[in-house]
Amino acid sequence: MGSARLYAAVAAGGFRRYATYRAATVAGVFTNTVFGVILVFTYMALWDQKPQLGGYDQAQAVTYVWLGQCLYATLAIQGGGAEKDLMERIRTGEIAVDLYRPADLQLWWLAGDVGRALFQMLGRGVVPFLFGALFFPMALPTSVTPWAAFTVTLLLATVVSFAIRYLAALSVFWLLDGMGVNQVLMVTGIFFSGMVLPLNAFPGVLGEVVRVLPWAAQLQMPADVLMGETDPLRAFAFQAGWAVALLAAGRLLQSAATRRVVVQGG
Amino acid sequence: MLREGLRAYRLIAGMWVRSSMAYRTSFVVTVFGNLTVTGLDFVGILLMFSQVDSLGGWSLPEVAFLYGLSVTSFGIADLVLGSMDVLGARMRDGSFDTLLVRPWPVLAQVGADRFALRRLGRITQGAVVLGWALVSVDVGWSVSKVLLVPVTVVSGAAIFSAVFVAGAAFQIYAQDAAEVQNAFTYGGTTLLQYPPTVFGKDLVRGVTFMVPLAFVNWVPAAYVLGRPYPLGLPPWTAFASPLVAVACCALAGAAWRTGLRSYRSTGS
Repeated sequence: MGSARLYAAVAAGGFRRYATYRAATVAGVFTNTVFGVILVFTYMALWDQKPQLGGYDQAQAVTYVWLGQCLYATLAIQGGGAEKDLMERIRTGEIAVDLYRPADLQLWWLAGDVGRALFQMLGRGVVPFLFGALFFPMALPTSVTPWAAFTVTLLLATVVSFAIRYLAALSVFWLLDGMGVNQVLMVTGIFFSGMVLPLNAFPGVLGEVVRVLPWAAQLQMPADVLMGETDPLRAFAFQAGWAVALLAAGRLLQSAATRRVVVQGG
Repeated sequence: MLREGLRAYRLIAGMWVRSSMAYRTSFVVTVFGNLTVTGLDFVGILLMFSQVDSLGGWSLPEVAFLYGLSVTSFGIADLVLGSMDVLGARMRDGSFDTLLVRPWPVLAQVGADRFALRRLGRITQGAVVLGWALVSVDVGWSVSKVLLVPVTVVSGAAIFSAVFVAGAAFQIYAQDAAEVQNAFTYGGTTLLQYPPTVFGKDLVRGVTFMVPLAFVNWVPAAYVLGRPYPLGLPPWTAFASPLVAVACCALAGAAWRTGLRSYRSTGS
């Protein structure tokens, strides 16, 4: 019970930390809205040319765009969440202090990242989504059940997203500098999450591959569940499967790192 | 003043280049990474064209032509002034004041700040796509069309540079809101990768008359490719990009000077 309170406090701290930068949040809302508008027009042209591409109709494609803008910062799809701070702490050696804490390293950072995600969702994600719903035709469910299922997929997506970035951050124990890893995170995050194009619109074998990779849990699954394109239970299982596998991998890597690596610093 | 500025820019940029060359492997990796990141947009376009034959009535080589012009111009501006988005951070931590007391033009110092040669990746990638588009588009090339291409790239780079400088001026007022600038810089280059026929009239009007990004590629490309001009602009506008660029730079320069005069330090 005590430890649950601890992680709740860490999450609240993550939330408050990002909530401090109000001007930056407003700027982010503006930027996401502009990108949403640009993407929506290109998708509408694409779906005009090929209706039912990837099983979506045009309104669903539009919904997908705005959901993408909503989750872009929330899930730190191109990086820039907890892993950035963790990498910096590993690089400077401050990680030694974290390892001394009577708390689980992975859970500690997960809690902080969940707090951050919650703020990014409320502060930065919701407004572009509402803007999209107001000015473009969207395919949103009117009953409660899909929204409830959607909320669950969002939670699972947050965990998967963290688990991927946590693995990347731990690699800095060996690489000592996060610059290259961050770039890999950015490329893979944008491409495999379906920020460029919905994964169900990817052609052929490439499409089949990207739809089973963990990044598919981030944007494609919540989108499909919200719009009733997939069975929610199947989506939950897919996301939870990747979440458990990646978190476990994170634990393995973490214990290897803390046992074998000498912490940097003087 | 200008000569001084260029000299300062060269010295500072040179310093950053030498510093990045200290870690040669890291440099090579980041150039490659930069190339991949910027290439993703084009992969997206290719994926779209794997499903359709035209987008907004434009074929793949034609869209690639727009893409090549947009990305090459933006890449040049990004290489020259792309670090200006750290200006807000410099103001927040007070290190901007250091630049003000040095006997060099501030704009040159800010522009060269964290000069990153890895940004050559974007220019290379844009130029490769542009080169492919030039040999693949179905165009009867004339002297004026051939000459217009390099003129457009340079004018486009100047227009994007003006956007960067205006964005920097804006950051003096809204320090934490640096990201707004991304909507016009990165958002602008993304927008211009697609044909104007794809977008709503109001949006096209906005990027023609308010922030004249349309002159980076849409308008000159309409002439080169023999396409209808966006918003039914008269044909001579295809050659107006250099003028638009000069006007943009003048306005951005004025904004920058106004911003700089009203700068107040953090006081801490």
